[in-house]
Amino acid sequence: MIRLSIPLRQALARLSLPVLIAAAFGAMLLGKADALLIERARMALADALSPIWGAVQQPFSAVRDTVAEAQTLWNIRTENARLIEENERLRRWQATALALEAENALLRRQLSWVPEPAPQYRTARVVADAGGTYARAVLLAAGPQHNIRKGQVALDERGFAGRVTEVGSRSARVLLATDINSRIPVTLEGSRARAIMVGNNAARPRLQHWPEGTTPREGDRVVTSAQAGAFPAGLPVGVVRWSESGAAEVELFAQLDRLDVLRLFDFGLSGILPPEAVARPEPRAAGRR
Amino acid sequence: MDIKGRPEPPMGLLRRLDAGARAGFPAVFTAFLIVLAAVPVGAPGLIAALALPGIFFWTIFRPAAMPAPVVFLLGLLQDLLSFAPLGAGVLTLLVVHGVALRWRDVLVRQSFLATWLIFCAFAAGATGLGWGLEAVLGWHLPPTTPGITQFGVSVGLYPMLAWVLTRLHTAMRRAELAL
Repeated sequence: MIRLSIPLRQALARLSLPVLIAAAFGAMLLGKADALLIERARMALADALSPIWGAVQQPFSAVRDTVAEAQTLWNIRTENARLIEENERLRRWQATALALEAENALLRRQLSWVPEPAPQYRTARVVADAGGTYARAVLLAAGPQHNIRKGQVALDERGFAGRVTEVGSRSARVLLATDINSRIPVTLEGSRARAIMVGNNAARPRLQHWPEGTTPREGDRVVTSAQAGAFPAGLPVGVVRWSESGAAEVELFAQLDRLDVLRLFDFGLSGILPPEAVARPEPRAAGRR
Repeated sequence: MDIKGRPEPPMGLLRRLDAGARAGFPAVFTAFLIVLAAVPVGAPGLIAALALPGIFFWTIFRPAAMPAPVVFLLGLLQDLLSFAPLGAGVLTLLVVHGVALRWRDVLVRQSFLATWLIFCAFAAGATGLGWGLEAVLGWHLPPTTPGITQFGVSVGLYPMLAWVLTRLHTAMRRAELAL
């Protein structure tokens, strides 16, 4: 230790706060100037901490499972009645589905339809909430030899959850569909109209830019659209709901507030621009739009 | 110097470790809370909501263990973990630390309830500053609801955290006086 005189030490202590506040502004500038460096630092930190989170997550999920179990036991009777009724309904649907499948197979044979290859996927556990106050994202723990790429599509067991935006050596970050930066091209299944699903950090993202004349209907199913080449068509996303304020919103199938495991699909699509291209958009040609 | 008295006992390894642990505890504990807050429990913005009470409490009651560089590092950790714009959390925490340090003489003598009310004002200021920085750095108007949620969570968690931290603080002071 270097021994400093008391007045000098006091002066240093008084000076340290302004200097550090200046350093905070410097960090902001650095974050704006070199997003890639910050991203790498973040993923390095996330990589280092993801084993800890993985371990800490176990008791949390155990507690949550116990609570869920207790709740299930509590309303097991009403649940049973509902399930019997639903089973009836599903049985009818199953018959319809089997008939349609047979018909579909028949028609495909006649059309010499080339089937799409089954997509590869891997599952990964959600270990941390990587969103901030103004962002919605989760962090996945992946093995050291994972093959997660940017732009892969993340689905939970029910439907579309988000997209991989950053990849570290043993973790990956998934930007959820509810994040304010999320823009997902979707199709309304009833009318085949295309629209954009825009996140707003609330539980239900909004629908925007649907074609004139085809207003989304309440209860219409929303699926992804292959429009920008970023998603395959037809992944289940949610259901249209009109809010009280008169905005078309999407009630997602995925339960984004209790994500445990996500499936990451590799559709081999490369429709998403690399971040460098997004950060510096080319100037628009003058005179044209 | 020819003042005769009981010579100070030499700093043994154990005592040194003990003192070091006490000095480093506030920073390590706050960092631990920040890391723990990232575990998904369905409450967004928990990281920032947990960092603020820790920094506020230790700045008032044990400023020697929570100097500005430590606050800077904790802010950096918060920003890196929460994927917020880098520097926003750092600046917010440093401002809270600076103001609390300036008013420390008054704050340290307040009752628990008064401290909590003052903390509410600090949290409101920090949330406002964070919202403004997010707006400037992201160049878009962020929604206000998450900010209000963060403020609420922070204010609501403060009594619980402060109770635990006060216990720890008194235990540490007792240990220091016993030496």
